[in-house]
Amino acid sequence: MVEPEFRRFDTRALHAGQYPDPSTGSRAVPIHQTTSYVFDSVDQAAGLYNLETSGHIYSRISNPTVAVLEERLASLEGGVGAVCTASGMAALHLAVATLLNTGDHIVASRNIYGGAFILMNHTLPRFGITTTFVDPRDPEEFAKAIRPETRLIFAETLGNPGIEVLDIGAVSDVAHAAGLPLCVDSTFSTPYLINPIEHGADIIMHSVTKFLGGHGVAIGGTIVDGGRFDWEASGKFPTLTEPYEGYHNITFTEEFGPAALSMRARAEGLKDFGACMSPANAFYLLQGVETLPLRMARHVENTQHVIELLDGHDAVEWIKHPSHPSHPDHDLAKRLYPKGTGAILSFGVKGGREAGKKFIESVKLASHLANVGDAKTLVIHPGSTTHQQMSIEDLENAGISEDLIRVSVGLEDPEDICGDLDKALRSSQR
Amino acid sequence: MFFSLDGKQVHGATGAVGFEGRSDPIVVLIHGAGMDRTVWSQQTRFLAHHGFRALAIDLPDHGKSEGPALESIADLSDWIAEISNHFGEKIHLVGHSMGALTALHAAGNHKDSISSVSLLGVGATMPVHPELQEAADANDVKAAQLITSWGHGTKHHLGNNPTPGLSMTGGTQALIESTARGVLGVDLLACSSYEEAVESAENIDCPILFLLGSEDKMTPRKAAQPLIDAISSEKTIVDFPSTGHMVMIEEPDLVRQKLLAHVTSS
Repeated sequence: MVEPEFRRFDTRALHAGQYPDPSTGSRAVPIHQTTSYVFDSVDQAAGLYNLETSGHIYSRISNPTVAVLEERLASLEGGVGAVCTASGMAALHLAVATLLNTGDHIVASRNIYGGAFILMNHTLPRFGITTTFVDPRDPEEFAKAIRPETRLIFAETLGNPGIEVLDIGAVSDVAHAAGLPLCVDSTFSTPYLINPIEHGADIIMHSVTKFLGGHGVAIGGTIVDGGRFDWEASGKFPTLTEPYEGYHNITFTEEFGPAALSMRARAEGLKDFGACMSPANAFYLLQGVETLPLRMARHVENTQHVIELLDGHDAVEWIKHPSHPSHPDHDLAKRLYPKGTGAILSFGVKGGREAGKKFIESVKLASHLANVGDAKTLVIHPGSTTHQQMSIEDLENAGISEDLIRVSVGLEDPEDICGDLDKALRSSQR
Repeated sequence: MFFSLDGKQVHGATGAVGFEGRSDPIVVLIHGAGMDRTVWSQQTRFLAHHGFRALAIDLPDHGKSEGPALESIADLSDWIAEISNHFGEKIHLVGHSMGALTALHAAGNHKDSISSVSLLGVGATMPVHPELQEAADANDVKAAQLITSWGHGTKHHLGNNPTPGLSMTGGTQALIESTARGVLGVDLLACSSYEEAVESAENIDCPILFLLGSEDKMTPRKAAQPLIDAISSEKTIVDFPSTGHMVMIEEPDLVRQKLLAHVTSS
């Protein structure tokens, strides 16, 4: 029996998008720290500006170092292309701004990163784009919230901070039945744990800052274009299916087919909004992506140690992680995530807000900061930090209680991680 | 652009440059099995802005052209010749894989319609692995995976795409997956059952350009040699090292240059 022969995931994490530099032989991806690129001729320059030919013009639109990261992430996700951005939030905005117009509507999971919630609930309405938030565990809620002007379904593969597991296939079925694309934020899962495109998602976004980078030294984001959504059949996306005067009336689906979204997001979104990734940050993030498979396996392994510590601990009221049998999505997680459901977990410390505060202030190894997916173990109290702008009602809807502590389990020796958390938990009860 | 042939809607991309009021020569770009006009995205708009009316065609039942799919290379070449009749002038043909066989047959059998021909990923025969044919007939995604796997050279499996941010293999696979059910199987059968390639080559009297990948697993380089040997008209052969079957995607810059030079001089 013949089988397709593709480079495996771990190989592509190291190599996709790059060959040794032909002029210098440099094995590592060079940092092309340049704003702009010399044209061969007036005709070549005109061709680049007119999307007749491919290449680099100005690093706000594309850059060789950033392009390696983009192609690598597209490869790891199984997409047709990727566009990297200055941050994960810039990536979400790029997806929205490329596809939606004033008067359009989003149906989004209510259990999402606080920044994304604020963007959709407070900022986008200023531009005439509104959002209805629904329970990500109920595909029927997504269906009921869809209106004639809905243009996007959005959710996180693993919710924040309750780690709700999205049934990507079920929600994509709902989206596609309505002629809509499903965009998922896969920051917590990374392509190592799941390829959402294989399950029906159409657009993947990441805060590359997190596990993909893994080192906590560079901010970045990306959208990956799955290339399977039929924009023309949908008929709801004129930015892709109708002539664009910005490039002499090019129609992106007409000329670029499956890569229409990628091409428009770059040609308009990066060019006009300008939230590009710097080449230095792309270089740093590529160093992280190279070891993604090794790190994610260790993150998942260490997380199991932490769950074993917290399970039944005297100072712990409850645990939320899909690998724990008490989690409502435990069975779904086993089906969708055979390699594990990542390294973010939350738990409730006995004694509520005050005990939570004591816990946070008692950790010595874990760091109290506003990030996840670092190589180092991180802790935070979302109610007072990442999600503090949300009302009590919104917090309750998002499953964020006052006693909730979020942990991003790092790569330290698991005995040291567990020892630190155990001591801090004991301190919280004094 | 839409137009009508034999009462059926035909669609082609023109690089967003309309045909109205223009008398530039027409270049028709013909895609391969299970694909559509967008495989020429790196060439269509360029030709359209360099003195030609470019028409990257969707073959019947591909892309946005009305079906049904045509079942033989001879039928496809007759259909291509009708495009020349529709516009009332000779046309340049650029074909890839199944589209290359179609262009070859048209150039050998509809001489009055064709100004020049350029062939990418072509062989005197195009046998199809039975398991690929079986997967295509069953509309199994494995068919798209096999073509994507075999269609790109080793180097380009990892990418390094001149178009920033796009994945070559990802794009090819998504495109083939989008093909209407049953069409890929019809296309592959048309390729494998075609036996008139050398005869058509012998009949060609217009200039011909071969653009060939050294790592082409779908139509190995040596399979093109009987065609090259059979052609007595002006011929140009360009070999692309480290390149597979998807030459126009893997080496878009050089393909653009060679195509423009060929159609300009023909």
